[in-house]
Amino acid sequence: MRLADGSCVGVIGGGPAGTLTSYFLLETAERVGLALDVDIYEPRDFSRPGPAGCNMCGGIVSESLVQLLAAEGINLPPSVVQRGIDSYVLHTDQRQIRMATPVEEMRIAALHRGSGPKGCPPGEIESFDGFLLDLAREKGAHVHACRVDEIAWDNGWPVIRADGMPGKRYDMIVGAVGVNSTGLKLFEGLGSGLRKPHTAKTLICEICLGREQVQEYLGNAMHVFLMDLPGLEFAALIPKGDYVTVCMLGVGIDQSLAERFMNSPDVRSCLPIEWDAKSSACRCLPRINVTGAKPCFADRVVLVGDCGVSRLYKDGIGAAYRTAKACAVTAIFRGVSKDDFRAHYWKTCRRLEWDNRLGKGLFLMSVFFRKLRFLRRAMLRMIENEQHAAPKHRAMSTVMWNTFTGSAPYRDIVLRSLMPDFVIPFSMECVRALLGVGNGGPTSRSAH
Amino acid sequence: MRIGALGKTYEDGQYITKQGESGQCMYIVQQGCVEVVVEGREGEVVLSRLEIGDVFGEMALFTGKPRSASVRAQGSARVLTVDKRGFLRRVHEDPSLAFHILQRMSERIQALDEEVVRLRSRQP
Repeated sequence: MRLADGSCVGVIGGGPAGTLTSYFLLETAERVGLALDVDIYEPRDFSRPGPAGCNMCGGIVSESLVQLLAAEGINLPPSVVQRGIDSYVLHTDQRQIRMATPVEEMRIAALHRGSGPKGCPPGEIESFDGFLLDLAREKGAHVHACRVDEIAWDNGWPVIRADGMPGKRYDMIVGAVGVNSTGLKLFEGLGSGLRKPHTAKTLICEICLGREQVQEYLGNAMHVFLMDLPGLEFAALIPKGDYVTVCMLGVGIDQSLAERFMNSPDVRSCLPIEWDAKSSACRCLPRINVTGAKPCFADRVVLVGDCGVSRLYKDGIGAAYRTAKACAVTAIFRGVSKDDFRAHYWKTCRRLEWDNRLGKGLFLMSVFFRKLRFLRRAMLRMIENEQHAAPKHRAMSTVMWNTFTGSAPYRDIVLRSLMPDFVIPFSMECVRALLGVGNGGPTSRSAH
Repeated sequence: MRIGALGKTYEDGQYITKQGESGQCMYIVQQGCVEVVVEGREGEVVLSRLEIGDVFGEMALFTGKPRSASVRAQGSARVLTVDKRGFLRRVHEDPSLAFHILQRMSERIQALDEEVVRLRSRQP
């Protein structure tokens, strides 16, 4: 089963996974002189503000992904990037500490997946998903603004029926439907054994402060909170143009946890005193992939991005890029059978899956940091001590930077934290913190 | 600089990378123009002018040798750095990532070939 001149590929879903798969399929096919016909089915209109044009996500493109996309020839324009992020501020109950990017450069992109939150004037914000969809369209993909009604088999070929039209037979169908739509049911109904991934709930909330206040209170830094709130694994405030995106991840995310987080003194210190928690512009509780779909491929059918395998809690767009690229390269150079996907596409998915296991271990470890004050103190002191050292000697800062930004695989973070230049100073700081040596250190409350 | 602009902005004439330095990264022009110059025995020679989307500094990444030319901003220019280690590691996992860079390098070699032919045809 191989793609040939004139082969048709149907991509269901026009988010980053679907558009990047289409883009790389068409680009790679062009390089080897293959003419493909790629259809993208996406009912959302990304030019509309609010839920109608949004794919519900924190909206961060990691440092590593910004570089990889640029190396692929995809440069994110300033009209799409709402703010370049140059640092992270870690908030704990003891103090705030700022970690700047290792190079003095804006390499993390904060953006809106759609055209901004509910109530935002149409056309004011350029959508990231819309930008990628346009790229795929420029490469030659045909975009159908309709919902897929059914996927069925026709003598071993998958068929898509959409918008009440007669079915179209494809040589390959790519599922890029995320985990927040009913699209996965289409694939489960195919009878190929495809199963949906396990998910967890998150909270994404947009706050409109205006450009000047966002700059004044948060600057170009993403604010991350290490709080001992049961059910909360990770929480951050992401500054964008006129908005701040609140992003909460964990197993127990609900309205009451969100209120406790937003009303905590640490979070309130990052927002204007007059800000009212009820005045958020847009709020949603999307689900994220925490354990990949197994299997995520069959003959002529493959799942990419969130509905297949993603990265745990971080860099979902980066995982979409990796799976999209692996899917396109497998389909063009190897084939589109189940065995081809198992032998080549699955390698990328398996690497992500293994890395997520290490990520789970890291997030479990973070519980100890949230519970034990001396560990937090030792960590903060080590970061403080490293601030004037050369980047390669900033062991704790690097581990924290990579954990928060999602720039490096969890494997790299674990390996870095096992190096002697991490273990020895951290152990010494733990002993100092336990003995109470130098506990009256400075507290920085103006990290931005 | 716009708040959504990625990379680093260099002012007119400011050097982004210098000839002879070791290459730990490559660069991609995000906005404006840069010029590639080589310091020779008879002074400075401008080799080329690069624009949005152009890549430079990639040769040192692959050869491991010091930078063969300097690059400076021509007017205000914004440039994104791509780290050597992360890029090469990803190329190892996905060799097709290098396609775009190879394409740009090939285009540049082709332009240089044409330049060599033009210069030789001028010689008596």
